[in-house]
Amino acid sequence: MPREKVEQAVSPASSFAVEIHDLVKTFGVFVAVDHVSLQVAKGEIFGFLGPNGAGKSTTIRMLCGLLTPASGAASVNGFDVATQPEEIRRSIGYMSQKFSLYDDLTVEENIDFFTGIYGVPQRLRAGRKTYVLEMAGLTERRRAATRELSGGWKQRLALGCAILHDPPVLFLDEPTSGVDPIARGQFWSLIHDLSRTGHTIFVSTHYMDEAEYCHRLALMYRGKVIALGTPQALKAGLTSHTLLQLDSDQPLETMRALEAVAGVLDVAVFGSGLHVTVDDPGAAMARIRQALGAHSIAIRRLERIDPSMEDVFVAMIETEERRAA
Amino acid sequence: MSPRRLRAIFIKELHHITRDGRSLAMALLMPVMMLLLYGYALSLDVDHVPTLIYDQDQTSASRDLIRQFTGSRFFDVQGYVDNYRAIERAIDRNRIIMAVVIPRDYSRHLDLGERANVQILIDGSDSNTASIVQGYAETVVRGYSIQLRSDILNRRGGERLTPPIDARLRVWYNSSLESKNYVVPGLIAVILQIIAALLTSLTIAREWEMGTMEQLLSTPLRPVEIVLGKMMAYFVVGLADAAVALAVGLLVFQVPFRGSPTLMVVSVCLFLFGSLFWGIFVSASARTQLQAYQMGVLSSFLPAFLLSGFVYSIDTMPRVIQVITRIVPARYIVTIMKGVFLKGVGWRVLWLELIFLILYAAIVFLLATRKMKQKLA
Repeated sequence: MPREKVEQAVSPASSFAVEIHDLVKTFGVFVAVDHVSLQVAKGEIFGFLGPNGAGKSTTIRMLCGLLTPASGAASVNGFDVATQPEEIRRSIGYMSQKFSLYDDLTVEENIDFFTGIYGVPQRLRAGRKTYVLEMAGLTERRRAATRELSGGWKQRLALGCAILHDPPVLFLDEPTSGVDPIARGQFWSLIHDLSRTGHTIFVSTHYMDEAEYCHRLALMYRGKVIALGTPQALKAGLTSHTLLQLDSDQPLETMRALEAVAGVLDVAVFGSGLHVTVDDPGAAMARIRQALGAHSIAIRRLERIDPSMEDVFVAMIETEERRAA
Repeated sequence: MSPRRLRAIFIKELHHITRDGRSLAMALLMPVMMLLLYGYALSLDVDHVPTLIYDQDQTSASRDLIRQFTGSRFFDVQGYVDNYRAIERAIDRNRIIMAVVIPRDYSRHLDLGERANVQILIDGSDSNTASIVQGYAETVVRGYSIQLRSDILNRRGGERLTPPIDARLRVWYNSSLESKNYVVPGLIAVILQIIAALLTSLTIAREWEMGTMEQLLSTPLRPVEIVLGKMMAYFVVGLADAAVALAVGLLVFQVPFRGSPTLMVVSVCLFLFGSLFWGIFVSASARTQLQAYQMGVLSSFLPAFLLSGFVYSIDTMPRVIQVITRIVPARYIVTIMKGVFLKGVGWRVLWLELIFLILYAAIVFLLATRKMKQKLA
């Protein structure tokens, strides 16, 4: 892919692609983003996790200059969000939550349009277009109307249109929502390719499994960042507890029986089985077998497992709720 | 402002326009339909006024008077009645507009050299038509009266007398007094205004609703480029509409064209700029496409139709309304169109109107750009 830079403002020396300090955004009395601070290193895939309404989109929109922060400071690529929106817009690519290309235009017309508004120089245009068409796998369908494309194609085309000007920083707001798992996988491999070529990717998602693809994560909940770190570090943060996978024939009865067992901190339904959080696995497992035996519930599986991102997130939210209460 | 980005927006909008075949066909056919509809329906000509005669006198003198009406193209004598009830019924049922009642003693008064009275009854429910009919009737009766008097004097004096003053009326610019010549040039302007609003009112609101505006705002694109680029694309359609409307006016309605074609092209362009910017401004102000459409149509159709002077004369409006018409751009283009079509007047007469159109376009352009910036924040 052509690595020549396209009409980008020269960014001031900064080791971070994105820096946020105490960022606040309110809508009336509702605090959408509540004193968020974080840094994203250049070339990093930074995941923004959290349920809907946690404030992920609002934060991303402020970073793209689409919303004005109520207070705090943020910079993208070394440019200040409040004072240098023009420079920021030239050096970012943004993919919004909603598909936002033109449905009635063809694939090629959409690409040509964004090439024009990003000011890609004439000599680079053909190359960028070929690159994006190939990346999205749309070379054959370049003359198809965009509305006829399936979700996965549309999403890759939207990503392609956002990187036509080869921006150093990419903001992707829930890019994989509503797309089938295979297309999601393909999409994440594209994101990794971009990261390898030096692009910083700031991506939000509410799919916990996608968190594993990120270099670093921020867990956002009710406007606040409640955890920040690599996926491994966040999982390791749960070492004070141990997670057990418990499969039985009667999950509901099992849950009720576990309530009385000492050393069981939490029980959560997970797929067809249960995730049981305990402090001392050896003792707890013995007590669980005993208790379930007393209730004559057959255990199909009981073993230690590594926590998934979702376990981490559920635990973090519970801690947060307990602190608020 | 970057020409490259402007061009990108312009081309993108042209794609939208050409992709949406139904809207494009409507945009191009609407001026034809509106012109045909309004051009024929908005006829202000009053002639062949349906008339009844109630001749109580039944003499050669009264019949002579009746001939004055039957012989005129302005009146169409539908019949003779012998009572007032019949006249009343005919007026109630809209069969006639006017009735002439010649009293029993009409010829006797004339023979005695006295003043003879004739009663003219007019349906006043349409006051405009009524006053025109009244004018016709008075003209007929007065002319006949002068003729009678000079006949009597001639008979007495034995020498030919002619009325002392002979007013010879000549109507300039629309010599046949055909209302289509008066209506069509103004109508073209009004239609352009409506089309411009219809074309542009959805353009920004649609992008907000579809979420594409958010994408645009994350790019280096500037509000001024969005507004200008969109305007340029719809300007192409607007010009095509203007050409269609002019062709219908000249070829179908045979409206005379006496002025400078250049002056007309320039003023149509200026007017389109202003009207298109207005539509874009409305579109940027509205929250939904529906709201934008309604606001766009109302804010352009009503003033253009009622306050432009294209049919309803501004001179006869109340003072306050007259002042308001000064900020209606359609008023100036209507003046220009009528001037260029019918009077053949040029730049020297119409410069003030042209300056207003330029000012209007510039102000609305600034408003639209500012509105986009506000939405952005």
